[in-house]
Amino acid sequence: MSTPEYTRILDEITAILERFINKPVAVTEQTELVNDLGLDSLLVMEILEEVEDTFDFSFPLNNLSEIRTVGDFALQVQKEIGG
Amino acid sequence: MGLFEKLESVAAARKGLEELGVDPFHVVNEEILSPTEARINGRKVLLAGTNNYLGLTFHPECIETACQALRSEGTGTTGSRMANGTYAGHNALERELAAFFGCSEAIVFSTGFVANLGVISALTGPGDVILIDGDCHASIYDGCRMSGADILRFRHNNPADLDKRLRRLGDRAQNALIIVEGIYSMLGDQAPLAEIVRIKEQYGALLMVDEAHSLGVLGQRGRGLAEAEGCLDKVDFIVGTFSKSLGTIGGFCVSNHPELDLVRYASRSYIFTASPSPATIASVRSALALLEAGTHLRDKLWDNARRLYSGLKQQGFELGPQPGPVVAVYTESSEQTLRCWAALLEQGIYVNLVLPPAAPDGKTLLRCSVSAAHTSEQIDRLLQGFAALTESTTQIPPT
Repeated sequence: MSTPEYTRILDEITAILERFINKPVAVTEQTELVNDLGLDSLLVMEILEEVEDTFDFSFPLNNLSEIRTVGDFALQVQKEIGG
Repeated sequence: MGLFEKLESVAAARKGLEELGVDPFHVVNEEILSPTEARINGRKVLLAGTNNYLGLTFHPECIETACQALRSEGTGTTGSRMANGTYAGHNALERELAAFFGCSEAIVFSTGFVANLGVISALTGPGDVILIDGDCHASIYDGCRMSGADILRFRHNNPADLDKRLRRLGDRAQNALIIVEGIYSMLGDQAPLAEIVRIKEQYGALLMVDEAHSLGVLGQRGRGLAEAEGCLDKVDFIVGTFSKSLGTIGGFCVSNHPELDLVRYASRSYIFTASPSPATIASVRSALALLEAGTHLRDKLWDNARRLYSGLKQQGFELGPQPGPVVAVYTESSEQTLRCWAALLEQGIYVNLVLPPAAPDGKTLLRCSVSAAHTSEQIDRLLQGFAALTESTTQIPPT
């Protein structure tokens, strides 16, 4: 699972999340976006747009339900960009 | 989690409203006095949140034709368009809508919501791609979900973002469906349609425009934003509703693609619901004829819209990006919005209360909708009502 590509994606996503959340939370692979970071649907959309632009891809909204943790997020991005 | 546990957050939110002494989601119009006035809580109230843009709900011709249909055809069709629920009036309305838009095909649905569900989910399926403006209506989101297609959301009114997402799709862009709205329901802003048409043609995609809030409002003949922007023939599908400018209920889709007629056979929301009642169809046909007859209602609507927009602007309120029949007033918080909404009702003025996620970008709004039936004095009363809010320390400070 922890390929260099996955690690790079995870690091980028972690950096983006830290920019968006205004509270001190240590973001790890296991961090849950809703339960731990308290993200609401609007913030999720803003973060998603930032991630899409960073990796130059478009993420289907249908796949959002597959994402619970930061690690899930990185895996889904990796799947979409074919990394 | 138990079935009812999911409703605990709803119960908590409702309790919060009760504690504030405000319940904007259970307003009862005890008596409808006119298109612009009703009795609420025993008091006469000026209605400025109805979407009754042309004020046709009490038009004598619409009422008379509805009454005639009620007497001659009964209270309801009791069946689907695909079964026993297509009467001569339904087909006549479809022909009239097609002629009005200059299209070969038209389908009438039972509501605007199910028109979007039915058309989007029948046109697209797994493996297809739909690109929707982020501020699109819930019925568009739900139609997309029902389809099983990949749903890509582009930034609101941002053609460059749409372009970028189409580019990323490569060959798939040629089979993509783009969906935008003529006038967005919450902020009242219009889609940059000419630019979106240019992009859709560049990539060979298809374009659907929901003219729910722009039918009867925009365009020389009231056909919506596509007409106003001179690109009616470039839009593949136009969907809309009868429940705003036309003052009744129902929905439609028109197109020059002959395949639209096949949507009837593939659309669950067309097949598995009762068709609009004869009285509804009759009043829609009368309203459509009135809309076609001239521009005086549209002209009056725009006079009122500009008067309200510029008046509120002068008072210092932060408003939606452009004047129109939907005038959105930004507020600072949910609590403040609730207090202002209640204060307006106390003054005898009803507007819409919009809280997240209904409002874009997590904003809170007091949403006014203007009608051709509003008198200049009523628009002035609205302005006075908002002015009174700025005079109270608990209400909206001007920006």
